Parts: sequence; structure tokens; C-alpha cells
Amino acid sequence: MTAAGGTLSRRPVPRARGGAVQSVRDSLVVAQRNLIRMMRIPEVVIFGLIQPIMFVVLFSYVFGGSIAVGGSTDPDTYRQFLMAGIFAQTVTFATAGAGAGIADDMHKGLIDRFRSLPMARGAVLTGRTLADLVQTALTLVVLAIVAVIVGWRIHEGLLKALAGFALLLLLGYAFSWIGALIGLSVRTPEAATSGGLIWLFPLTFISNAFVPADNMPTVLRTIAEWNPFSATVQAARELFGNLPAGYPVPSAWPMQHPVWASLIWSLLIITAFRALSVRKYRSATA
Amino acid sequence: MPGAIYAEGLVKTFGDVTALDGVDLDVPEGTVLGLLGPNGAGKTTAVRVLTTLIRPDRGKAVVAGIDVLKKPNEVRHAIGLSGQFAAVDEYLTGRENLSMVGRLYQMSSREAKARAGELLERFHLADAADRPAKTYSGGMRRRLDLAAALVVSPPVMFMDEPTTGLDPRNRQALWEVIQELVAGGTTLLLTTQYLEEADHLAHDICVIDHGKVIARGTSDQLKARTGGERVELVVHERQHIPLAVEVMRPFGKGGFTVEEHTRKVIVPVSGGARLLAEVIRELDTRGIEIDDIGLRRPTLDDVFISLTGHVAEAGEETLEQEGAGK
Repeated sequence: MTAAGGTLSRRPVPRARGGAVQSVRDSLVVAQRNLIRMMRIPEVVIFGLIQPIMFVVLFSYVFGGSIAVGGSTDPDTYRQFLMAGIFAQTVTFATAGAGAGIADDMHKGLIDRFRSLPMARGAVLTGRTLADLVQTALTLVVLAIVAVIVGWRIHEGLLKALAGFALLLLLGYAFSWIGALIGLSVRTPEAATSGGLIWLFPLTFISNAFVPADNMPTVLRTIAEWNPFSATVQAARELFGNLPAGYPVPSAWPMQHPVWASLIWSLLIITAFRALSVRKYRSATA
Repeated sequence: MPGAIYAEGLVKTFGDVTALDGVDLDVPEGTVLGLLGPNGAGKTTAVRVLTTLIRPDRGKAVVAGIDVLKKPNEVRHAIGLSGQFAAVDEYLTGRENLSMVGRLYQMSSREAKARAGELLERFHLADAADRPAKTYSGGMRRRLDLAAALVVSPPVMFMDEPTTGLDPRNRQALWEVIQELVAGGTTLLLTTQYLEEADHLAHDICVIDHGKVIARGTSDQLKARTGGERVELVVHERQHIPLAVEVMRPFGKGGFTVEEHTRKVIVPVSGGARLLAEVIRELDTRGIEIDDIGLRRPTLDDVFISLTGHVAEAGEETLEQEGAGK
């Protein structure tokens, strides 16, 4: 190995910039790395799209017509109602992606490498969750197009609709931090995938996403109304103008103020799970 | 004054398993310490403690003059780590991997790219630089991993079994890189299961087993502890064994070993090459035909067996044991 390259020049270690600037910069470097990975493994993105598209089509045509929303069983009314629910469910799947990605990095020894570098503490996790945010945004764009094709429409103008999507993305970002903690806590990427998905089903079904919560038994209804996930679904429905006429808005506070509730829930989740994940990361061992 | 790597009384337990049981280390600046031991001896745990990856339950560690437990982030500026697994992102190209690490060492994007190019050239990866690391052979990944540890030139390097799983040619090449680094003044802690490797690269050797340092010293000192030289002789015909033993007895320090099936006679001696000449002359006079004769010094394998009572477990490969010690 001595022949071609000759002696390696010595390169002193640059000084740390420290502070927020370094944090942002390191996070972006890691995010870029994860985005390059995503582009090189397009299967992941494509499979990530198939499920929500299936849900859009299946729920619209199989359940539409049988489920009464706001007193109407018109399939189109249900389709308008449904979309925000499916969008919200889709963004929460970012949990599994983040979890599996981080568990894989641990497994392969990459987390050890990162942890031995003089980089900002949260950057490996922030970079991962930012990359997941980009993937979630792409997924939402495709899903919205499919939704429009099957007849979904917005009724409150573009700005409000964009605000609705912003809340959905924020929820997805919050959930990818839950995924990060799962990824750091399990032993294998496979466990992170199933650990990131299983609890999403009760969470997304005991909510207002697919059916109005008012027909549920009292206990479930209360859970559904206070479910962070329901707040975002309700907020998106309001902002998209997808709440059918005559739809009874539950009296629970988050359902009365869904935009605020959605914001508060998402920010709370981010704050809590970011702190827990970064702490876990600092002591992580492969 | 403590060395570039200094540890005192390191203890680390994982549940019931005591991975480190009071390990002391002291590596003078610019030297190589070989941490030698079988799988599960605690080598990797020691490296992980010293590179800030885990906190010990007890003990003190200082690297490059910085307290590892109090100022881990400052330590990270002073160290390079090449772990047991080639820690590269397999979906990134070699170039992307290295420039990512450079940027995480806070280089500018341009600096990081330039350095990546230099490293790829140096580690003979230039042709594969723009292919995803997934397509690399085991040896190439190892080289990429080592290159990643050398993106900056840290004063202190840690290499955890750097040549495990490499073929002899790649191992030789890696040794050259390591020797060059050390010649440039880097302090290195190297763990290995290959006794030959420690013999070849390390100034000092620590033998570790069950989380404890069971011996330390230079390769020569450790070999001397195991006992001195011996003459090993293979006679051509089996019936000559008793005669050969009789001839060799006066030269020996007492005691001998006979391996009937290989027609080998082993006699501990002292007196070096001169004595060997006399033995050969005497055997010749008595008309004993020999297939092989040699003066052997103990290898680190012998040292290891005498210290631990068991053979060092090799990785995927068998040890290429050298008959003659260096």
C-alpha cells in the first residue's frame, strides 16, 4: 500500500465551532447522508407509498357508503372525511423508518463511529429525523395526488390547506423522534420495524381518523378525543374544509381547538422524545 | 508523567459479566501498545471506555492528557477510532463516506473533499471511490474504515482488531500503514487476537484475560518469562530417537520432550547458535540422519498458553503460526 499514494500528509484536527451553528451544520451533514441512502434504496420509498395508496382506495370504495359521517352515508362525503385520516396515519409510519434506520446504524457500528467524532450531540438523530421529514413530505405529495384522483378536494383555500399539511408534517416529525428512541432501545433493525409499527394500529384506529368517534363506547371515545393523533386529523379536516355539514364537533377541548391541540401535542412529543433519545444515544452501545 | 493513554483501575460490568476487572494501562507517547487476548477478554470494552463510548463503573482514564470521564468531547478531538466492524455506510460511496466524516470533524466541505481524495489515493481505493461501499470486498471496506479514522491526524489512535478477517496480503499492507503512522509520532492502542501481529507492531504488550491484565512487557520480556530457547530436532528414522536423546542430553538444561509420530525431539537449551553447530557435529559423528533441526525461541502463542492455560482463539482464520520466533 506504500507504492502509489506515498506518505499521507498530516492533518491537524480542526477546532470545534461548538454551539447552535455546529449543531445545525452537523445535523444537515447527517441528513444529507440519509437522503443519499434513500435515493439509493428507492424500494423503501416506493413500498412506503403502496400501503397508504391501498388504504385510500380500499377505504374509499369498500367502506365508503357504509359509514355514516354527519348523518350521511354518501360515499363522497366519507371520501372527503377519510383523507385527512389516511394522511395522518401515513405520516406516523415515519416512526418505523427512523427506528429501523437508527437500529441499523447501531448494528453496523456506525453509531460508534459517530459517537467517537467531535460532533454535536443530537446531530445523528436530528439528521435522521430531518431526512425522514423529507421522505414523509414526498409521500404526502404523491398521496395527495392520488386522493385528488379519487375525488378528494380542498374547500378552504390553498393557504389553509398548506397549513393543514404543515401540521401533518409536524406530527410525522414528532413521531420519528419516538421512532428514534425505539431504534436506540432495541437490538436489531427488524425489532425496530415491528416495534415502530405495532402500537400505531391501536393509536390510529382508536381515533377519529377512519370513523367519527361519537359512536364508540365512552371509554374509547374519550381516548379518541384526547388522542394526539385525533387532534391533527381534526385540524387537517378543518383546514381542508373536509368536515361534512352537520358533523357534530365533540365538546372535548382538543376537538374544539384542534389546530392548537395538534401544535401543542406535536411540540410536546418532540421535546420529550428528543431529550430521551439524545440521552439514550449518549450511552448507546451496539 | 502519565503517557498518551493512561488508565487506572478500570472496572465495567454488564449485568453478571465483568468485562473489565481493574485494568491499568500506560502507553508512552509515540509508542504502540498491543492489547492481546481471546474473544471476550475485555479488549473491546477497554477500547470503548478509552474512546468515550461507554463509561466505566470505576476507574480513571486519561487520553492525550485529557480526562476521558470529565471532558469526553475534548477527547474526541484528539482520537481516531477504527472499530471491530468496518463502520462505513454501505450505500454511500467511498468518497462520500470519507467526506462526511471530514465534515463531521468540522472541516469545510472543500477541505473534506480534498482530504477524501488524498485518502482514497493512499489506500488504493481511487478506482472504487465512486462506487457504493456495498460493492467493496472485505479488505476494501477495512481500508475505507481505517481511512475514515485517519481523516484527521489525531495524536492518539485506537484500532480494535484492525486485521481480523483480512487475507495475509491485506494484513501486511495494513501493517505498513500502521508503522508509518507510528513513525509519524502517533500513539496507538491496538487490540488483536493475532499474537504475530502484536509481536510485529507493538512496543509493549498487555495480555488480558477475563477483564484482567495478566502480563505486560515487551515481546522479548514476555517470551523470556515463558522459558528460553530449545532445540527441535526431527530424525529421519524412528529407531534413532533414543540415540538422538542420548546425544542431546549433555547439551540440554534437563528434561526433554519426544513426539513419536513426528519423530521430533525437543530439548530446552541455553547457548544459542554455537551450541546448535556442536549438536549437529555430534549427531553427524554418531551417524544419525536428520530431516530438520533448529533453534526455536518461544512464540507469543507459547506465552499465551503458559499464561492463560488455553490457546488464543482465532477469528475466522487460523493463525499462521511461525515456527521460529523473531
